[in-house]
Amino acid sequence: MNLAIIKYNAGNIMSVVNALERIGVAAQITDDPATIISADKVIFPGVGEAGSAMKSLEKNNLHQVIRALKQPVLGICVGMQLLCRHSEENNTACLGIIPVNVRKFKPDFSLLKVPQVGWNRIHDLQSGLFSNIEEGSFIYNVHSYYAEKDEHTIASCTYGLSYAAALKKDNFYGVQFHTEKSAETGDRILKNFLNI
Amino acid sequence: MNSADNKIILESTLAKRIIPCLDIKDGRTVKGTNFIELRDAGDPVELAAAYAIQGADEIVFLDITATIEKRKTLAQLVNRIAKTINIPFTVGGGIGSMEDVSVLLGAGADKITINTAAFNDPSLISTIAANAGSQCVVVAIDTKLEADGEWYVYLNGGRKRTEMKCRDWAKQLVEMGAGEILLTSMNHDGTKKGFALELTAEIAGSVSIPVIASGGCGSMEHFAEVFLEGRADAALAASVFHFKEIQIPDLKTFLSSKAIEVRI
Repeated sequence: MNLAIIKYNAGNIMSVVNALERIGVAAQITDDPATIISADKVIFPGVGEAGSAMKSLEKNNLHQVIRALKQPVLGICVGMQLLCRHSEENNTACLGIIPVNVRKFKPDFSLLKVPQVGWNRIHDLQSGLFSNIEEGSFIYNVHSYYAEKDEHTIASCTYGLSYAAALKKDNFYGVQFHTEKSAETGDRILKNFLNI
Repeated sequence: MNSADNKIILESTLAKRIIPCLDIKDGRTVKGTNFIELRDAGDPVELAAAYAIQGADEIVFLDITATIEKRKTLAQLVNRIAKTINIPFTVGGGIGSMEDVSVLLGAGADKITINTAAFNDPSLISTIAANAGSQCVVVAIDTKLEADGEWYVYLNGGRKRTEMKCRDWAKQLVEMGAGEILLTSMNHDGTKKGFALELTAEIAGSVSIPVIASGGCGSMEHFAEVFLEGRADAALAASVFHFKEIQIPDLKTFLSSKAIEVRI
């Protein structure tokens, strides 16, 4: 299988590569449109700030490339948020592939810390992305912004409110959590994506 | 706001984190008692992988002999760790600049922890946050309760006292963009008599970012206390894990029986 990881100025790319290597899969890290378009599957990672991440994509015209992809695409963390319509993080217009808005958690000191850091449970699991994943499994999160729930939600998580832990529209999948850092559960979700 | 507070507690299923800490010297794991005596407790990569399998939620590596010539060795170790374990990990020890941070994050660390350098130049916190995101900046505070009843910040591994009070520094470092606080009570560290509950509760209740409690744990009850009374978001320990006085699966079963949310 020909797997491409989109290279742009956004953090955790090596973590994703390491996770894939641990489950025995090689991937190309690339910002070349032709390579991305011809890949069987595409992973769109991200850590950092939405506005500068969008600018980095636009600089290489990758925003147009991603919107036109037909193969399965998995956005991770900020990658997922960029698939959405709009983020409150620096009032950023995102790719608009999944018509969902991204909002900021409101901190409440010792009761609700922001960012959410750590392991939380995912529920209401839908789609093959969660094959053989039990309801209530723990996944690792680091984020201050979340996607609102709607009909594109394929997993929910609760942190002060219920938000979309994963999204799907057509061939585009997104997970808010770091599947590449989520122990055996995360490894299985990555494998499930590769088997879609 | 009491009813709203309760509602928020009920509406989060975020687990309390258990974090083994590996002190590294010359590529090996060591742990000091009261920051002095060191005992060898194994290979860091193997130990980290074993902890990950047992259910550690995260691992912290502190290079206690970090010097310029050792920096490259540390980066190589970080690279091996990143390729081996499937949970997040933090690296610290002697980090003094954005360049140091970039090397470690580039080698695969998820977060870095800084202490003395952040205190001496708080703009380092905002520089790292701006370049790599707040989520990767864990600011460590070593603090000591003194005769006047106040907690003071100490630097250089506990060797240098400052006039700064812990609660004031905690608020400042949050404003500078820190993502988490690693809070160590020097009075409790190495004693195995329990965490500094009042201090932890005070700091955790006064900042909007997670607080990792460190120093003093000797039993499973101590972990329960620091989550329930100390309001810590995570708890860090070293020797009780390294010398198998507490096994992580047993600890999590115990905490779960106390109605504390943990990842099992």
